[in-house]
Amino acid sequence: MTQILFKNKDMKDLHTIKVYEEQGGYQSLKKAFDQEPDEIVAAVKASGLRGRGGAGFPTGLKWSFLAKDVFPRYLCCNADESEPGTCKDRELLLKNPHLLLEGMIVCSYACRIETGYIYMRGEFHDLSFIMDKAIEEAHAKGYLGKNIMGTGFNLEIYTHLGAGAYICGEESALLNSLEGGRGEPRMKPPFPAVEGLYAKPTVINNVETLCVVPYIVNEGAEKYAALGTEKSKGTKLVSVSGHVKKPGNYEVVMGTSTREIIYDLAGGIRDDNELKAFIPGGSSVPMLPADQVDVGYDYESLAAAGTMLGSGALIVIDNKANIVETTLRLISFYMHESCGKCTPCREGTRWLHQIVERILQHKGQLEYINKIEDICGNMAFKTFCPLADACVAPVMSSIKHFRSEYEEYFKNTPVGSV
Amino acid sequence: MSGFTFSEKQEEEIAGILSKYPFKKSAMLPLLTLVQRAERVISPEAMVAIGQKLDCSPAYVQSVLSFYTMYHTEKVGKYMILFCINISCQLNGCDKLLEYAADKLDIKVGETTPDEKFTLHREECLADCTNAPMMRVNDTFYGNLTEQRIDQILDSLD
Repeated sequence: MTQILFKNKDMKDLHTIKVYEEQGGYQSLKKAFDQEPDEIVAAVKASGLRGRGGAGFPTGLKWSFLAKDVFPRYLCCNADESEPGTCKDRELLLKNPHLLLEGMIVCSYACRIETGYIYMRGEFHDLSFIMDKAIEEAHAKGYLGKNIMGTGFNLEIYTHLGAGAYICGEESALLNSLEGGRGEPRMKPPFPAVEGLYAKPTVINNVETLCVVPYIVNEGAEKYAALGTEKSKGTKLVSVSGHVKKPGNYEVVMGTSTREIIYDLAGGIRDDNELKAFIPGGSSVPMLPADQVDVGYDYESLAAAGTMLGSGALIVIDNKANIVETTLRLISFYMHESCGKCTPCREGTRWLHQIVERILQHKGQLEYINKIEDICGNMAFKTFCPLADACVAPVMSSIKHFRSEYEEYFKNTPVGSV
Repeated sequence: MSGFTFSEKQEEEIAGILSKYPFKKSAMLPLLTLVQRAERVISPEAMVAIGQKLDCSPAYVQSVLSFYTMYHTEKVGKYMILFCINISCQLNGCDKLLEYAADKLDIKVGETTPDEKFTLHREECLADCTNAPMMRVNDTFYGNLTEQRIDQILDSLD
């Protein structure tokens, strides 16, 4: 299978600039600098690359939205990987830091940016040293700093660590955090491309997204766009976790069937149990039951199935698992991570937690389901950022596909206990 | 005025941090992290000192630090154990292992051992899901946990 990001990933010392360059690293810089910045933006648009952090917004389009002639501009690489089930960016940062830097340099040149930050989650403290070392090496080679390769283009890239807050992966919260504040999301518009970091035009891209950019410059947009499906181009890193024999990060061409990912790449269900459900794109997207396992792993196929590709975290659940318990765990996560700014999210996550907890204690009754649906209806799309929607997704999808498991709990409810 | 002073080495580090940003306040998280790692706690005095560095009030510093889970206003142990309990780890049996770790350390989750060696916290997803169940002890990730492995890891720390 075509490997773009994970090519050579297990090669010894790939994280050093020496080995990285021996493998053709940093070749895209010269090619990029021979072009006008706008030509690169056009190429990224033509490649069909979409943001790999979760929202799937077309990357080239995002770059082209930068407010015209407003400087300085900033690049923020979102390395706040915290979506439950997702661990692909960590592997890239750990094994191939120069690929990210190369992508960031090309992006900065294309968007006329002179300062870039890599916002890493606080728990990646050790990875920040790897990244800092890579930055130092790139500096020494003249790929960063003043007048890069004699082009007159200047760029500095710095790492910045968060301190434990899932919400900081939301781009406007990330900006507030990077500015030294509480990581609460901002009202949009204005979007970061117009008013981002320090109220200046800002590009925010996920690690994986930026890592694709050198390939597009080197091999051409057509070659990238030839991979995948109509609306989902290229390859995607998938973190497969849960009840599989070989959990791991795998790079697949968009449109690969989910069955192939679970059964061929990840070795199938552990202990030879049956597949019960899977969450295709991280905990914030609706789960699907086993009978939909043939769905193509791409944006449009998953959307048609009523879910999303999200961050590419495929969480596999077998028939021994209790869906209501699993759902409660996810609600508990969103309750913990809600920043508290918007009432529907702050209160809604807590109410859902209380209700589902009661159900699990056999203290529920059938009308609790209606109550859950009512609360979810008052949370989704009613907040500054999508955290509330993210909590609603597993809850509503678990009821939709596994309602009988909830109802099982109502059967033995002692009279008068509710 | 402030009962907290940065060491000479820390002052150097702070100068380096400040040079990364066009606005001082962006150094807030890095400075808080610096203090947390050195002291294992962020005291009110340290909040004052950080506020002075960044031209903001101690109250503002406190409002920021209270937002993030990695800062502590009560001293944590020499080894901070963050035990992931999110979905991939839950599906792989982390709940029993967390209980095991708490029993072994003879503390409740969220507490610190009396000798201040270990603090045990529940943690949300740490981005190591393919090695679930996992925990982070200070900066090190430990995956594929079993009771035996927890014993080995915790016993090896001095």
